[in-house]
Amino acid sequence: MTDLLPHHDLRRRRAVSERVVAGLLLLCAVLSVATTAGIILVLSAETVGFFREVSFVQFFGDTEWTPLFAEKRFGIWALVCGTFLTSAIAVATALPLGVLAAIYLSEYAGDRIRHVLKPAVEVLAGIPTVIYGYFALVFVTPLLQAVVPGLAGFNALGAGIVMGIMILPIIASLSEDAIHAVPDSLREGAFALGGGRLATIRRVVLPTAFSGIGASVIIGISRAVGETMIVAIAAGQQPRFTFDPRVPIETMTAYIVQVSLGDTPAGTLEYRTLFAVGMTLFVFTMMLNTASHYLRHRVLKGATL
Amino acid sequence: MSMQSQEPQPSTRSPHRAGEGPPAQANSFGGNAANVPVSKMGVENLCAWFGDTEVLKDITLPVAERRSTAVIGPSGCGKSTFIRCLNRMHEVVRGARVAGRVFLDGQDIYAEGINPVRLRQRVGMVFQKPNPFPTMSIRENVLAGLRLQKVRIRYEDEVVEQALGQAALWEEVKDVLDRSGGNLSGGQQQRLCIARALALEPEVLLMDEPCSALDPIATSKIEDLIAELSDRYTIVIVTHNMQQASRVADYTAFLYLGRLIEYGTTEAIFQNPSCKETEDYITGRFG
Amino acid sequence: MSRPHATNVVGSDQPGEHRGLPARSNTPRGNAGTLTPERAFQAICLLALLLPLLLLLVLIGQALAGGWDRLTWGFLTSYPSRFPEQAGILPALAGSACLMLLTAALAIPIGAGAAIYLEEYARPGRLTWFIEVNISNLAGVPSILYGLLGLELFVRALQMGRSLLAGAATLALLLLPMVIMVSREALRTVPQSTREACYALGADRWQTIRRVVLPMSLPGILTGIILSLARAIGETAPLITIGALTYVAFVPDSLHSPFTALPIQIFNWISRPQAGFHVNAAAGILVLLAIMLVFNSVAIGLRARFRRRLA
Repeated sequence: MTDLLPHHDLRRRRAVSERVVAGLLLLCAVLSVATTAGIILVLSAETVGFFREVSFVQFFGDTEWTPLFAEKRFGIWALVCGTFLTSAIAVATALPLGVLAAIYLSEYAGDRIRHVLKPAVEVLAGIPTVIYGYFALVFVTPLLQAVVPGLAGFNALGAGIVMGIMILPIIASLSEDAIHAVPDSLREGAFALGGGRLATIRRVVLPTAFSGIGASVIIGISRAVGETMIVAIAAGQQPRFTFDPRVPIETMTAYIVQVSLGDTPAGTLEYRTLFAVGMTLFVFTMMLNTASHYLRHRVLKGATL
Repeated sequence: MSMQSQEPQPSTRSPHRAGEGPPAQANSFGGNAANVPVSKMGVENLCAWFGDTEVLKDITLPVAERRSTAVIGPSGCGKSTFIRCLNRMHEVVRGARVAGRVFLDGQDIYAEGINPVRLRQRVGMVFQKPNPFPTMSIRENVLAGLRLQKVRIRYEDEVVEQALGQAALWEEVKDVLDRSGGNLSGGQQQRLCIARALALEPEVLLMDEPCSALDPIATSKIEDLIAELSDRYTIVIVTHNMQQASRVADYTAFLYLGRLIEYGTTEAIFQNPSCKETEDYITGRFG
Repeated sequence: MSRPHATNVVGSDQPGEHRGLPARSNTPRGNAGTLTPERAFQAICLLALLLPLLLLLVLIGQALAGGWDRLTWGFLTSYPSRFPEQAGILPALAGSACLMLLTAALAIPIGAGAAIYLEEYARPGRLTWFIEVNISNLAGVPSILYGLLGLELFVRALQMGRSLLAGAATLALLLLPMVIMVSREALRTVPQSTREACYALGADRWQTIRRVVLPMSLPGILTGIILSLARAIGETAPLITIGALTYVAFVPDSLHSPFTALPIQIFNWISRPQAGFHVNAAAGILVLLAIMLVFNSVAIGLRARFRRRLA
């Protein structure tokens, strides 16, 4: 009735099925490695193809990007500049608000308030970006047009500010974790020395949490750089190398959307520009992610600054 | 504010304290004719709560100026709470409450309108676990109190040298002042925290079991330091180590279950306790 | 020896000059009324926290104002059209629904499988570390790059064409890191002592997982998957890249049919200059938000029940 092994045989041979199962599961886990490899492979292959027709000088040395026009220019800096401009505006919006909000949640808010407000802020991160794009185009830009002279219908400012609202929860939440992790003994030490709460925050808590806050900011920047829909809807489709936030520009991500919406046949140069731009984007975000990982690793090791 | 004794007394444990009696009533200060040292601080009917739990029950005792007073008692008797009431750190904890009066030079620090932040410049504190600020150098740690209080410091190097010197740490760190405060040994960190407190030139120094996290060698260094400092500063030290109290303190208070059981000179408490609980604790029958 | 009562002297020239106890109180929980720099700072921080929440409310209000009237049964059951008043989101809804089902079917087994491997089988070592680094890296890759991968791999190399299957596969890859992380957390809530009890009864590892660990952590895994799907339903960029069409006048009928999705329809409408389409976009946004609200509520409810059961 049962499967009990005979008493004298205490050695159990590992069932074949057990090994098969373990193998299958390992396959699932390795898929993540395969995905990374896939992304790198795909981007590299087409980028190599791209650079067979376009020289490095044309790509890195030009500030105009017009691969779909008759007169083709392939200067990536136009798109990079667009990405940079919108991301900079986003971070300028999100950084002060996010860190101050994190300070409030960690140092001033009672437990009940934190229980309510922290999830509320995290809701912001869950809103689909296409809705943020709508908001930027339909509400924020007209509002700003009343205040900022010469603001075009598509511009970096409105899109950037709304992107800032989107990344604010990331910065606020991770910064709050970093601030919360500062041991209370340090705060007590500062109080015992006669510091008020503001002085304690400024001179003891924030410097100690600096790495964690820095890591959160870099993650926020990375999110902003990779963001697509808000800028595709609200920032425009005119690649140009400018630091004027009032005019239409195009980001790397918006360009990819633009081409994807069209009917570009595979194998053409225009098709390959998708991947060249994608590769540039990938390199940027990888650098940012590595930087933030390094900063957070420093925190965990308890490095003294 | 003189307190020298006129008549010869049997030698006490502290050789440089020529036999004194306990200091005067809690709220009096100033020299008086009687052979009584002045009270720097005084505690009158102090009660303290954590939420609904009463942790200190009606404590009245003086703190002698320029002497060291030890507070002893078994775990949980309220020693730490008591000392934290002396610089209004107790109320930093949510739900904590205090009743009664605590006098510093005759002024009730719990009176309406008193600024506890300011109070803590005059009454400093050293904690059980050394807590130097890890993002600051040794130098900056020493100056941290002054910076937090927004005091303009004219002669920073002198302040640092003087404070570290008083804490018997100067010789060991004078060449590495710019290194992080977190890189020192436990005993050195604690002396750094003492230097940090001393840089504010407090009148009173509260020490909450300052040696309990340290090894015996570091402990004895700090005990020597305390003995030296008690010439210049009023010190209140909480300790669960009775031998330490008898080595270091001029006066001792014995707390038990939130009440003050007995207070007197260290010699009297240890050699001639008047209460049975005191005697039981000292002889190790409980605690 | 009395001390002078200085009033609120902030700084002092000589170190160690003692000040009396001034009258003004400055406790962290101090008396009400005085506007100190301390309290001003606290107020600013609170404002910084409330401002984005306020903007969120404004956003929802905007969408409501714009699209509420357009939300009719006709809207939900019509096909897109050149005329904004006649356009509807039926294909988009159908497309999103099919997409979610397919994506879940793909992501759940693979994600849960990977999580089980990492939590139950993997030994600390270079391979495990490498896998974990990869997973956390992937979480930081912009979603549009997944679209490029899907385009080359699924649409072209595997010749799935611009189909539902390609879209679901791409989204599954996108969701995988999140599903893995959430499943691992759910598996971790099962105490080690439970597993040991099973081993002590003579079960092997897979039996323990299949019969005890998985059922115990299933609600947690389910919650995580629902949350991932709630996120997936709003994803637009990777789907556009693999070629989800923005003008689809039919409901998808097979795995290989072209499709559209709700956020893509919204994007299409908002990209048109006519105000009527903006109204449609707002209505579509309300539908999308409602769906997400339902998903999130279900997930939170499940999590609450799960916690209560464990407690």
